[in-house]
Amino acid sequence: MKKLKTKSELSALVEQIIGERDPNRTVISLCSGSGCSAYGTDRVKAALDEELATQGLANDVEVRLTGCHGFCEKGPVMVIRPAGIFYPQMSEEHVPEVVDKTIKHGEVVDRFLYTDPVSKKKIVYEHDIPFYRFQERVVFGNNGIIRPVNIRDYLAVGGYKAMAKALFDMSADDTINQIKASGLRGRGGGGFPTGIKWETCKRQRGEKYVICNADEGDPGAYMDRSLLEGNPHSVLEGMIIGAFAIGSNAGYIYVRNEYPLALENLEVAIAQAREMGFLGEDILGSGFDFDVLISRGGGAFVCGESTALMSSLEGNPGRPRAKYIHTVEKGFRDSPTNLNNVETWANVPVIINKGADWYAGIGTEKSKGTKIFSLVGKVVNTGLVEVPMGTSLRSIIYEIGGGIPRRKKFKAVQTGGPSGGCIPERLLDLPVDYERLTEAGSIMGSGGMIVMDERSCMVDLARYFVEFLVEESCGQCVPCREGLKRLLEVLTDICEGNGREEDLNLLEELSETLRDFSLCGLGKTAPNPVMSTLRYFREEYEAHIREKRCPAGVCKGLFYYEIDESLCNGCRLCALKCPSEAISGEKKKPHVIDQEKCIQCGICYERCKFDAVLIK
Amino acid sequence: MENAIDVNLAEIDNLIERKYRNNKEALVMILQDITGLYNYIPPQVLPHVARKLGVPPSKVFSVATFYKTFSLEPKGKNIVSVCTGTACHVRGAKNIMNSLYKDLKIKEGETTDDLMFTLESVRCMGCCASGPVIRVNKDTHGGLDQERIIPVINQYRDEKA
Repeated sequence: MKKLKTKSELSALVEQIIGERDPNRTVISLCSGSGCSAYGTDRVKAALDEELATQGLANDVEVRLTGCHGFCEKGPVMVIRPAGIFYPQMSEEHVPEVVDKTIKHGEVVDRFLYTDPVSKKKIVYEHDIPFYRFQERVVFGNNGIIRPVNIRDYLAVGGYKAMAKALFDMSADDTINQIKASGLRGRGGGGFPTGIKWETCKRQRGEKYVICNADEGDPGAYMDRSLLEGNPHSVLEGMIIGAFAIGSNAGYIYVRNEYPLALENLEVAIAQAREMGFLGEDILGSGFDFDVLISRGGGAFVCGESTALMSSLEGNPGRPRAKYIHTVEKGFRDSPTNLNNVETWANVPVIINKGADWYAGIGTEKSKGTKIFSLVGKVVNTGLVEVPMGTSLRSIIYEIGGGIPRRKKFKAVQTGGPSGGCIPERLLDLPVDYERLTEAGSIMGSGGMIVMDERSCMVDLARYFVEFLVEESCGQCVPCREGLKRLLEVLTDICEGNGREEDLNLLEELSETLRDFSLCGLGKTAPNPVMSTLRYFREEYEAHIREKRCPAGVCKGLFYYEIDESLCNGCRLCALKCPSEAISGEKKKPHVIDQEKCIQCGICYERCKFDAVLIK
Repeated sequence: MENAIDVNLAEIDNLIERKYRNNKEALVMILQDITGLYNYIPPQVLPHVARKLGVPPSKVFSVATFYKTFSLEPKGKNIVSVCTGTACHVRGAKNIMNSLYKDLKIKEGETTDDLMFTLESVRCMGCCASGPVIRVNKDTHGGLDQERIIPVINQYRDEKA
């Protein structure tokens, strides 16, 4: 690759790349994100390469390993373009037939197609599948099209055009004004207006830094990982534009060490960008210098907090500090530092390319643009979903997510990670934006959405998050260090059937102390899961305390399994699967569980095809 | 120390000088690379790293004990990480953990006596669709339950033979 020295050299290269590519050439896109790879993308790729070579098609068909397509539930996902034929759950055995029928003869193989779980109809094309149809993939859309480690693919879809536009056709102030006018707000959780952050940082004197926060720690959220894995150049481009606007020459990307593929692809992308002259000195001859370094996080949730992250970047333990002096004034190395998260940076090139007005046209009054959510838990279509701000929870969970699996009932959706809250069924029509979620006692957070059904115990869930935070509290301030431990003790007591009536008041009191007196955001928001479950699911707490009963059948010792005689047809499946031989009964006659022997593992409940096992 | 191992200090010097140019700010990554070499941080390297970088040993120790990815105790040949992220939690990660307690006869954070397995929990590796998931070394295994987990672990046991 030759280093590009002017804007016109870049335009010429892009033209050349597009000219070389035949839009009608068959391209098989295979998702190689972490999710699909776990299901065996590599084996499918190897089989495809071999089969295409045997059939003499290796030169006519291109097999592309792309980033995450988002539909993780159905991995490994294959899309055959330009037609857009969608084959989910591919395996190496399917490959010969795909090549023979679809690639050679253009026939669609019916039995490989996706079946819509609602209408039971087969769907041929990717864009017709409800999971994709209701989405608006502004930021995430190129993930399934380009190879993350191929800069030419990114250039072919308009990559680095926004960078060139900002560097040559706009001033730093123009760029900031565009971002301000777009209404973009921080996608990492805080929701602070990005343009204002940039503007404040720009006003400071001295050496400045830009940082990309890729320490995605919220359990159940993985959109940042997928963006870094699937489209690392879009994040780099956003950072270059931001650095130009603010007047910074040095950037850092702080990535979780638990994301090996994201790290790998990012390293390749940075090397390519340097080679092309998009990073380094005098970028495209504009006179602007900027380079980026990667720092690998050490696995501490609190490092997602900006001051803790900067402390960690300096080679210290990641302990946050009070923010009466903002990091845009004094941050990394005590210099003005602008930190945004991965998704925020990836939004920047889109805004510069399409304009602030276009972007501000999407979303609600105060929350603009789209947001990527990771829709996980007890939902049919698990995956990454990008929708305009203001889309209702119901639309996300039912239209895109396909509802709750196995005929179970929806109970709550947890948003915002450990700092978020649980939203009950009656608020399902809530339009999702920063304000509405906060009003409902939760937060946007980084966009995790964990769906729970009737078998999720809300007290156990509150306990789960508090336990997580006890481990992750850095231990500096008393409310967080001690308060969380006491919260955990009280919640554990309730889950074990030792709860007392006065515990509910104690939980509330402790929660308020944590919220009002903790040093950093981790402690201040830590009681959210407790407060929101107390607000919406108080009766579940009361059942645990007063009746010593766990209605969801999660807390051991507070429920038991029983077989409904009228529903059991004596198929013996449960008796065969029971690890403690607690189930007896004759064939074709109702079975019984011996409560003495039962260890409440729940295998019988999960395996029974007739819903005959009940929770009491 | 009973399990003290030989440490190649020259190799560590080389790492600090060549790869990180004696940069104090790279301490976290230096310790990660040392973990990569030995599977843990042999405690005897801490004072050496401190001298080499010109930082107080207390600081190196505080960094080595603050972050979850560091261990000052030897780890097993196979690191079994059970995802206990929220999505896996609601899909029954606890049952997976209990099965592993029984099968490996160790608790979370412990290593088997034969140094074959270390059992850990991680909060979310972003494979929520296939939850509950575990990772053994670099392989991710999804769609597990308390029965399916056993053959997965046995696979790594067999490799010993």
